[in-house]
Amino acid sequence: MKHIIVFIEAKDSQSLKRTSHEALTAAHSIADGATISAFAVSGSEEALKSAGNYGVQSVVLAQHELLGSYSSTATSEALAQYARSVDADIVIVSGNSTGKEIAPRLSVKLKAGLLPDCIALSGDTTSVSAIRPVYAGKAQITVQSTSGKAIIALRPNVFTAKLTGSDAATISAFSPNLEASHARVQVLSTMKNEGTLDVAEADIIVSGGRGMKGPEHFPLVEQLASTLGAAVGASRAVVDAGWRPHGEQVGQTGKTVSPTLYVACGISGAVQHLAGMSSSKCILAINKDKDAPIFKVADYGIVGDVFEVLPKLDATLKAMLHG
Amino acid sequence: MNILVCISQVPDTTTKIQVSGDGQTIDKTGVKFILNPYDEFAIEEGLKLREQFGGTVTALTVGTETSKEILRTALAMGVDKACITKTDAQLDSYNVAENIAGFAKSISPDLIIFGRQSIDFDSSSMAPMVAEMLNMPSISVVSSWKIEGTGIQAERDIEGGKEILSTSLPCVISAQKGLNDPRYPKLPDIMKAKSKPIEEIAPCHGNNLVALSSMALPSSKRVGMIVGDSDADITSIVTALHEQAKVI
Ligand SMILES: Cc1cc2nc3c(=O)[nH]c(=O)nc-3n(C[C@H](O)[C@H](O)[C@H](O)COP(=O)(O)OP(=O)(O)OC[C@H]3O[C@@H](n4cnc5c(N)ncnc54)[C@H](O)[C@@H]3O)c2cc1C
Ligand SMILES: Nc1ncnc2c1ncn2[C@@H]1O[C@H](COP(=O)(O)O)[C@@H](O)[C@H]1O
Repeated sequence: MKHIIVFIEAKDSQSLKRTSHEALTAAHSIADGATISAFAVSGSEEALKSAGNYGVQSVVLAQHELLGSYSSTATSEALAQYARSVDADIVIVSGNSTGKEIAPRLSVKLKAGLLPDCIALSGDTTSVSAIRPVYAGKAQITVQSTSGKAIIALRPNVFTAKLTGSDAATISAFSPNLEASHARVQVLSTMKNEGTLDVAEADIIVSGGRGMKGPEHFPLVEQLASTLGAAVGASRAVVDAGWRPHGEQVGQTGKTVSPTLYVACGISGAVQHLAGMSSSKCILAINKDKDAPIFKVADYGIVGDVFEVLPKLDATLKAMLHG
Repeated sequence: MNILVCISQVPDTTTKIQVSGDGQTIDKTGVKFILNPYDEFAIEEGLKLREQFGGTVTALTVGTETSKEILRTALAMGVDKACITKTDAQLDSYNVAENIAGFAKSISPDLIIFGRQSIDFDSSSMAPMVAEMLNMPSISVVSSWKIEGTGIQAERDIEGGKEILSTSLPCVISAQKGLNDPRYPKLPDIMKAKSKPIEEIAPCHGNNLVALSSMALPSSKRVGMIVGDSDADITSIVTALHEQAKVI
């Protein structure tokens, strides 16, 4: 029997991270009758059981004192041991900051081909193919594992999670064999960015570029973001100028994002910026230069001055969204 | 401290990418190749640590004859030794990692520094892969850190915040922008680097674990509705976002 393992993470005491929902849905799309089990190293019962809502009825929770504070080395070892115990064919993780550390280690431990940063999967458990962007999104490659087993990391926010049921999953325990040497990297603490929504996690992003003319005009961007429930992003030009914090930078040297809607305000659309946002599902650009390269990748464009367009756009949206 | 810095050569970020006739690789004509931008942070970090703790910095690339150019850049910046595992074979990440790990075993570094990702294939996988092969701890995307004795405390960006991690030497890290400001090599150093030796290491070729079946330009399925800035235009865009794209 073919077997797919999906690595899942809890967001809070009730639910899983959205990236885990995406991974569970992606597993279904290639399962073709294969067994799917979700694998976690932490999480409350309620959160883990919710995997059932995404069609996966069996959750395996690894339990070991060394998994108490998160360690990428201990987690990948525990996951590899479980994968060996069920002779898994495919392991799917989200290519978020956690997945990017454990997927390459799994590839080595299981001698399985690594398919990172995937934006589409096709085929089934025996012959899975993945598409991934390369050269900053300027090209795409189709890749397969040739080792009989595959480790797949999904680009976050690209796969659409589908609710498929409401049956709670059953949780079973797995006791990995871990030693202190498996947990040589430990997370001591995590700090949340205060109050603001992170571009890497947001459904909608409103970004401002040099066309905003100065940090004192960013309230226009923030206002639109607040109306849309969006995160604020920025081009490198404005981050380098010190107008916005580095954490907001989108692009090749900033964050790679794939929101449902990306609004670019006064951003020219340099290739390095496009590298970080061109896989957004829908792009709206506002720029006074009708020949700005951003319009070549935009679904919707408004040729105009951000100082006039943003307030009008905000008012129109408010009227529609909030009556 | 014995430091190994792994660097790769990539097309310049502004390069227009064309797929070559084989449908699997890019057309290299007219493409300018540069040192992977993140690897500049890796080299700089190695040099700073040498200034602080003494020791040597070795730069390694797995690549072709033309990749020697980036080793010249590394030498001009100030690395002590430059090595290349020269091969024309198309190696997957796993095989590149095996070559790096093999070399690392021969020099037993205290620290191996990578860039956060290479901007050609954007895998972000080399650092943890090599670390796993060498049974070493690793921390990816490090934006600041300190070393005390053999203890390490590092900070890295994660979704929505930061993570503080601890580990110990020997270890592997990958460098994020912000870790340092890479130095620009001075002209005399660039000239001197031209005549410095580059050591060639024999490659090892295992089977690739991943096959690339095709490369293509992304299909642009964008709607492309571009309007002016009148009230009617803006209403039409908002309506389209709601009813056509269904994103708000
Ligand atoms: C190695 C490398 C890595 C890089 N990484 C990144 C990265 O991660 N992210 C990134 O963003 N950039 C990155 N860059 C920089 C990139 O090349 C561009 O310089 C940058 O994206 C430009 O930012 P911008 O669009 O805000 O500014 P500009 O290019 O100056 O564009 C401003 C735009 O605003 C428009 N405008 C001006 N006034 C108005 C107005 N009143 N109303 C409406 N529109 C107006 C103009 O028409 C113009 O199109 C990188 C560059 C290099 C070399
Ligand atoms: N061919 C190579 N030779 C040496 N180092 C490499 C090579 N390819 C990638 N690296 C290193 O691995 C990092 C991450 O690359 P990647 O996993 O391809 O995104 C790069 O920033 C380099 O430091």
